[in-house]
Amino acid sequence: MEINFIKHRKIFFFISGVMVLGSIVALLLFGLRWGIDFVGGSIIEIEYDNNRPAVQEIKSTLENIGLEDFSVQEMGQKGILLRTKEISEDTHQKILNVLKKSAPLKETRFEFIGPVVGKEIRDKTKIVILLAITSILLYVTFAFRKVSYPVSSWQYGLATIIALFHDVLIPVGIFAVLGKFYAVEISVPIITALLTVFGYSVNDTVVVFDRIRENLLKRNLPFDEIVNKSLNETLSRSISTSLTTLFVLFAIFFFGGYTLRYFSLALILGISLGTYSSICLASPILVSWTKRS
Amino acid sequence: MKSKTYLTLFFVLGLVVIAGLFDLSMIAKRPFRLGLDLQGGTHLVYQADLSQVEKKEWASTMEGLRDVIERRVNLFGVTEPIVQTEKAKDSWRLIVELPGVKDVSEAIKMIGQTPYLEFREPKPNYDELVKNNQDKIESGEMKIDELFQPTSLTGKYLKKAQVTLDPNTYEPRVSLQFNSQGAKIFEDLTARNVGKPLAIYIDNVLISAPVVREKISQGKAQITGRFTPDEAKKLAQNLSAGALPVPIKLISQETVGPTLGALSLQESLRAGAIGFLAVIIFMIIFYRLPGLLASISLIIYVVLALALFKAIPVTLTLAGIAGFILSIGMAIDANVLIFSRMREERREQKSFERIIEDGFARAWPSIRDSNMTTLIVALILFGLGTSFVKGFALTLALGILISIFSAVFITKNLLRCFINTWFEKRQILWK
Repeated sequence: MEINFIKHRKIFFFISGVMVLGSIVALLLFGLRWGIDFVGGSIIEIEYDNNRPAVQEIKSTLENIGLEDFSVQEMGQKGILLRTKEISEDTHQKILNVLKKSAPLKETRFEFIGPVVGKEIRDKTKIVILLAITSILLYVTFAFRKVSYPVSSWQYGLATIIALFHDVLIPVGIFAVLGKFYAVEISVPIITALLTVFGYSVNDTVVVFDRIRENLLKRNLPFDEIVNKSLNETLSRSISTSLTTLFVLFAIFFFGGYTLRYFSLALILGISLGTYSSICLASPILVSWTKRS
Repeated sequence: MKSKTYLTLFFVLGLVVIAGLFDLSMIAKRPFRLGLDLQGGTHLVYQADLSQVEKKEWASTMEGLRDVIERRVNLFGVTEPIVQTEKAKDSWRLIVELPGVKDVSEAIKMIGQTPYLEFREPKPNYDELVKNNQDKIESGEMKIDELFQPTSLTGKYLKKAQVTLDPNTYEPRVSLQFNSQGAKIFEDLTARNVGKPLAIYIDNVLISAPVVREKISQGKAQITGRFTPDEAKKLAQNLSAGALPVPIKLISQETVGPTLGALSLQESLRAGAIGFLAVIIFMIIFYRLPGLLASISLIIYVVLALALFKAIPVTLTLAGIAGFILSIGMAIDANVLIFSRMREERREQKSFERIIEDGFARAWPSIRDSNMTTLIVALILFGLGTSFVKGFALTLALGILISIFSAVFITKNLLRCFINTWFEKRQILWK
């Protein structure tokens, strides 16, 4: 059985186009909610021993001691997450003491990042992103340097890159929406996950292109048929590989605790999209280019 | 050919048994090194203010600072604290890691209470300043601080401090004894300021400013400041435990409570186990006998990787465990590539031995390429990242490298065992 991916490519292009456009709109409308890793600030996580007071009650308690510019979010059954700007150790203790008065609780996590450190992480992350993108681009160019017919090597590279941006941009858009409606922040772990997607999802595309290259040498068929054949030949591998990776990621998402939840979500989104784009986007794009010229 | 395969597998089995026993601490008892986020604890970053210190003395000053804080932390009775200095671009940091501290705020307070002792001398135009601004000084409009300038005499040179009583007034005071280097500086300082006051600052607050009567050579000084006996005792204790050579400021802190740490560890291990089982079930259903063999390689992979993490040792953080779990999912990719190839080779009516050899040979470029990009990103992340990123990148990269070994080398030898056997002809096992 052979699935004709090439014939239906316009549908795939449309789906991807809508998703990419939606992500850009979400980004422009909502922007990204940056975590304290990047902008500095404090996070206090509290677990109540028995019943959690209402968020509004907690808020007014904190306002009474003069805390400004903070947010309180429910977390799990008995927990709350308190975000504020950078606070001193004294203020930190004051907050805990005043909250302890209304109900017994334990502090499970406290994180404080000063503006200097935040800026440093921001700068470092920028360099990491740039380096990662550059080296992947170099790698792709290198991997396809010997292919030239009927599309040239830079076109393989370009198709890979289009697929890559598709795989990363859509999760970023989804995080913009999550940030707006669920206060999900872009943190170092999420950036790490997206960079890993960058490295990982290029694999799928490379493996399919490898097969196209091999079949071009072996068979004397029109280019679109070769591409379709290659896609079908690598299909079971592509799906098996992403499935095994997704299995472990879903395990982390559902059972790995909330600290890793959005980290694994970013990977799940990126890797699913990576598999989709290597089959339905990168290779069909190649065919479209040859059809036009 | 086959005897060589058996020998190799025998060797691998031996390795796995040793690694497995090591993992379970049956031989060479050595625990996994867990990060603060898994065992609970606090990670503090202090910024040192080196503006008053000459550049060539920065490194030695930081070392002194580290020693002082280390002594403080040890007083607190933490097991295996880590105190280290770190250079970040143009500033120096002090990193303090306290595993399993129950009362973090107490620890921070204790570190924060390390006094910064400093002597300041009158500015060159001191007399003039005093004369011209008499009114302002008296009315408090001009601060006394403005009359003094910093000197190099700080807590760095302090040998010990104790409470003594003033022989005339019987007021408690704190007596300081400098080390030989400090005594020399103090001698110079007093020599050039005879008849003028020397200001003693603790934590940037003026405590007293006694007038120098004569040059002092033995490196002894007294702080009188209308202390209560308790205050004097506390100050002497704090100074004795170590005075800061330079002021420090807390710029970042991460504290994870022991319950959350234990929960994170438990949850992430459970997630790993569930993911691992799901991968194995999938592989056996989808790839039959080869899938089973790949699963055996995967188990070997996990055993070897854990032994390596323990041996190096890699500090396992939550991110590190996530990286490792992810690598379990990715590790199987090499085998998937190989088995897909073998299925194709099978259609071409080759001998079983050729199917194995060609399948592996043809899949190799793809295995190499597909792991390469992930490895590149992991290396970049490791080289530049923050601690979360590093933990993740390290286990991911190590995982990928070991997985290539287990997927290619071990699975291949396992498959070779089936050459010329009853199994070879059973299509249903290999489809």
